Amino acid sequence: MTDVRRRLAAAVAAFGALAAAAVLAAPLAGSTPIRLDRVFDRSVPFADNVDAQIFFIARLPRALAGALVGASLAAAGVVFQALLRNPLATPFTLGVSAGSALGAMLAITLRLHLSLWGVSAVTAASFAGAVCAVAIVYGMARARHSGFSTNVLLLAGVTLNAFFSALILFVQYVADSAEALRTVRWLMGNLDVAGYRPILAALPLCALSFAAFAWLPRALNLLSLDADAAASRGIDVLRAQRVAFFSASMATGAAVSLGGPIGFIGIIVPHLVRLIVGADHRVTLPASALFGAAFLVGADVAARTVMAPVELPVGIITALVGGPFFLWLLVRAR
Amino acid sequence: MAIDRGRIVGILGPNGSGKTTLLRLLAGMLKPDAGTVTLEGRSLASIPRAALARSIAVVPQETHLAFDYSVLEIALMGRYPHLGTFQLEGPRDLAVAREALVATGTASLERRRFSTLSGGEKQRVVIASALAQEAEILLLDEPTASLDVGSQFDVSALLARLNRDRGLTIVVATHDLNFAAALCGSLVMLSAGRLIASGPTGETLTSLSIQALYGVVADVYPHRAAGHLTVVPLRRIRRD
Repeated sequence: MTDVRRRLAAAVAAFGALAAAAVLAAPLAGSTPIRLDRVFDRSVPFADNVDAQIFFIARLPRALAGALVGASLAAAGVVFQALLRNPLATPFTLGVSAGSALGAMLAITLRLHLSLWGVSAVTAASFAGAVCAVAIVYGMARARHSGFSTNVLLLAGVTLNAFFSALILFVQYVADSAEALRTVRWLMGNLDVAGYRPILAALPLCALSFAAFAWLPRALNLLSLDADAAASRGIDVLRAQRVAFFSASMATGAAVSLGGPIGFIGIIVPHLVRLIVGADHRVTLPASALFGAAFLVGADVAARTVMAPVELPVGIITALVGGPFFLWLLVRAR
Repeated sequence: MAIDRGRIVGILGPNGSGKTTLLRLLAGMLKPDAGTVTLEGRSLASIPRAALARSIAVVPQETHLAFDYSVLEIALMGRYPHLGTFQLEGPRDLAVAREALVATGTASLERRRFSTLSGGEKQRVVIASALAQEAEILLLDEPTASLDVGSQFDVSALLARLNRDRGLTIVVATHDLNFAAALCGSLVMLSAGRLIASGPTGETLTSLSIQALYGVVADVYPHRAAGHLTVVPLRRIRRD
């Protein structure tokens, strides 16, 4: 258990296999049954292979979107929890998702229908909303101190969440009922992406965030001791906090603009993973990303099948699982 | 003010006198507004962070974890300044961390969760983590402030042994005058951010200096059994 190399290899292998299996198996579930051996049957040309068409065109994008969103939200949750030194923090604690939601609401209500290179106006507006929220919270955290106050960050984020929620309600109130319904559906989270383009648009942002995450784990371990402990062990604390804040915010913004504000992934997954592999972020962070991918893809399969042919928003599934889990966590923690 | 290699120096002063600030300046965590802090003639500001962490280790007053690590994981965190950006600990790092746990008498706790330890055990584990840094200088901020008498003895004896056996230079900020008298060869006294006295403990720890520092009349005398000066506070003087 003590050897971090062994634990990292075991965790990445196990959770990676789980994520790969989820992405491959998820497209098999649905109203039209398909078989994996026929999907990859090279003897039938793609144009005639119905199973392959359903797999690659209709269902795989959704599984990949689930994997990308799940991995991003789970990893961002780990980073935010360490940055804020608060195990109950989520990727949405600092108002990123509320900003995203407000942007999406405005785009829906103002009927912005243009889309650029497969990225819809709603997606773009939701990402812009996330950027605004991040800028406001960061400005607040810097304004009161010469450094970077995580307490102010937390308070500003919580306040901004409440304020944006009020604006969202206001926009919904003045919108007509058809748009209000669309906005409510967006808020529940949905991975029904149209093809690969939206995923490719979110991918660079997520990749950049994950590159930053790779640099962070040691700083996150020391920050969970305290900032002074980190500084005395050679960490540039301010820089590490900034990188953590911006990379986790960017991953959250990209994930929410792709799949909507899907709740609880960012808290259930990190805590489950910590119970299994321990608190060392060099293991917890990659393991959470991989398990987050598998978890959300699995939840989405449940959302598509439990009440078939009615498709539930995946956010309802994660919240139904996550709510009780969160309560259990609160009671269990100290 | 200068601190010689291999000494144990105590920093005394009332709350808010600047003890912690002085420690943070010595650790290179704060940049001085005026003047410079040098380590063997080199300005701290010119030494890269990781290199500085290989020379100077810091033990905070108390450690509260946001997440629960094992004792060995805490000790291994002392090895971070010795690792490359993406490097993981190797066998030698593990050996150094385990040896630090042995030196602090916490080797039997290796697999325990940090949160399940007593205050005294926690403090010794944090000192082990600092030892694993293999720094020659150890800075401690009120290491015994929240410990019972037995644990205070343990920490005091541990620091004296580390100084004697490994030649560590130790700087310790403390409110405990008898702890300082027992452990420290020399003292630095701060009042309202100013250095008001420094020198060998036998010369600086006097009724007069204690009255000037804390506004307390105290009897200071050599204790025969303890083998060092003892301070008995007698009464408070109203200074206003």
